[in-house]
Amino acid sequence: MITVTVTKTLGQFSVEASFDLPAKGVTALFGPSGAGKTSMINMVAGLLRPDRGRIMVNERCLFDADRGVDLPPERRRIGYVFQDGRLFPHLSVYDNLTYGMHRVPPSQRYVDPRQVIRLLGIDHLLGRRPATLSGGEKQRVAIGRALLTSPELLLMDEPLAALDTARKAELLPFIARLADEYTVPILYVSHAWDEIVALADTLVIVAEGRVTAAAGLETLVADLELHRLVGGLESGALFNAVVEGHEQDLTLLGFAGGTLRVPRGGWTPGHFLRIFIPARQVAISLDPPRSSSFQNILPARVDTIMENGDGLAEVRMAIGCTLPARITQCALRDLNLRPGQNVFALIKSVGISPVAARQRPWGGEVPS
Amino acid sequence: MPAWMLTPVEIEALRLSLWVSGWAVVCSLPVGIAVAWLLARTDFPGKALIDGFVHLPLVLPPVVIGYLLLVLMGRNGIIGAWLYSHLGITLAFNWKGAAFAAATMAFPLLVRALRLSLEGVDPRIEVAARTLGAGPLRVFFTVTLPLITPGIIAGLLLAFARSLGEFGATITFVSNIVGETQTLPLALYTLTQVPDGEGGALRLCVISIVIAMAAVIASEVMSRRFSRRLRGER
Repeated sequence: MITVTVTKTLGQFSVEASFDLPAKGVTALFGPSGAGKTSMINMVAGLLRPDRGRIMVNERCLFDADRGVDLPPERRRIGYVFQDGRLFPHLSVYDNLTYGMHRVPPSQRYVDPRQVIRLLGIDHLLGRRPATLSGGEKQRVAIGRALLTSPELLLMDEPLAALDTARKAELLPFIARLADEYTVPILYVSHAWDEIVALADTLVIVAEGRVTAAAGLETLVADLELHRLVGGLESGALFNAVVEGHEQDLTLLGFAGGTLRVPRGGWTPGHFLRIFIPARQVAISLDPPRSSSFQNILPARVDTIMENGDGLAEVRMAIGCTLPARITQCALRDLNLRPGQNVFALIKSVGISPVAARQRPWGGEVPS
Repeated sequence: MPAWMLTPVEIEALRLSLWVSGWAVVCSLPVGIAVAWLLARTDFPGKALIDGFVHLPLVLPPVVIGYLLLVLMGRNGIIGAWLYSHLGITLAFNWKGAAFAAATMAFPLLVRALRLSLEGVDPRIEVAARTLGAGPLRVFFTVTLPLITPGIIAGLLLAFARSLGEFGATITFVSNIVGETQTLPLALYTLTQVPDGEGGALRLCVISIVIAMAAVIASEVMSRRFSRRLRGER
């Protein structure tokens, strides 16, 4: 368990953060640029001194203003992956990777260099200098370097933000695999929603230097109110699914509410996926449409209806799990929806984002 | 004896010059790095004063520096007397004094080169090293120092060249004693003051040019090799 309670005034701006991280899994610190996310993790890393507060990692006190404890960064046992990589230009990739590892007593090391090198796919780069690496390769080395210090907590400050879309897509699975493979808790700073859906287990939402919400990702994603409070956060349904098989150009995914058809992906049956269905991709019908392009037609029951001020309405349906739909209030009146009513939820296959990233199911239950 | 052969006095002057300049740069390098680091990385009251003080030898007539050294570091000078009674070191009128004079005159050049190089090192890379478990001292030796290698090479070359050419402060502080303080420029000067000295003066002149060229080429080769390494070429 990691507990952070800190306050810091930076000129006109003040950061007042208080959050807990579970001792494993990925916690995302999400918020717009300038919300104070980097300041918060710099305080955790010991790069920025809080004015007041306390930082505890697994019973170990890193900072306590009242007791005068303030460990320097090199004694915090926290790995830090910076947005800009910050590799040592004068050292080879291998020497970069092992720079921090050599400072850790062998008894405290739990990360094997060969395994990390294989996991990150950087075996062919070991003899090269950072100047000859691509942006994605640099970032992979930076991740390996931080991980090889066998940290008790791994901080990642928008590690994909400096990369283009293709590089980002290439790197995301590596980070996900790492989160699956190692038990080290990861605090992942980002303002990119797709990264968070792919990686996070827990979400901490930050705005203007304050923590505005913190909970499991599924809980927060389903919170439709939150969507209006935080820009950039897309509400929808997020759940675990397992690959059942393929059918022509579709892949069948089993989840708590039945089977979903999504565009065919390269997964093998039995593979776990995270599924994200944005609320705006879900339509509602009173009768099962006989002929339509919707590949997913699921019987559902209306749970709650929420009318927003912007002419839209959020309808939350139960399909074995919760599925929110965003429709216009006009459509709501036409269908005359009422809570408890039996309807059909329609989802286009291409509207579903199966996030291949994290392989293990999270949040407990595995779909049967 | 052929005209191109050096006389023993000239050989001694050459040997002494290399010896004095070598010691001057080797001893002033650590101090230079420390001062350059203070000026590049820290902010403290009176920094401008220190900065100005370091640059004095660059702007003052060398004779003035030599005279100041004589007054301060001579056997009866404030610092010189203390050095002699506590450490048994005498600087006046020996090669150590010549090295000290050369180091003093070359110091601003050394510090300027090092400071420029230090300011080019991204402090964020040093921060990254801290998060990887290295304390400030280890960061300095494993990250900062290797990254300013080109600056060290350039600074050493400049300082070495300046030391080889040092004249005014040396002759004022430690005089012109053959085999003890008569470095190459002093020997050259002496030769121009005696009849039939043109041959010797010319030989020393050629040697000065050869040493200077060799030093410039060596530093160029080394810094090129270094930047190739940083770019990842073999």
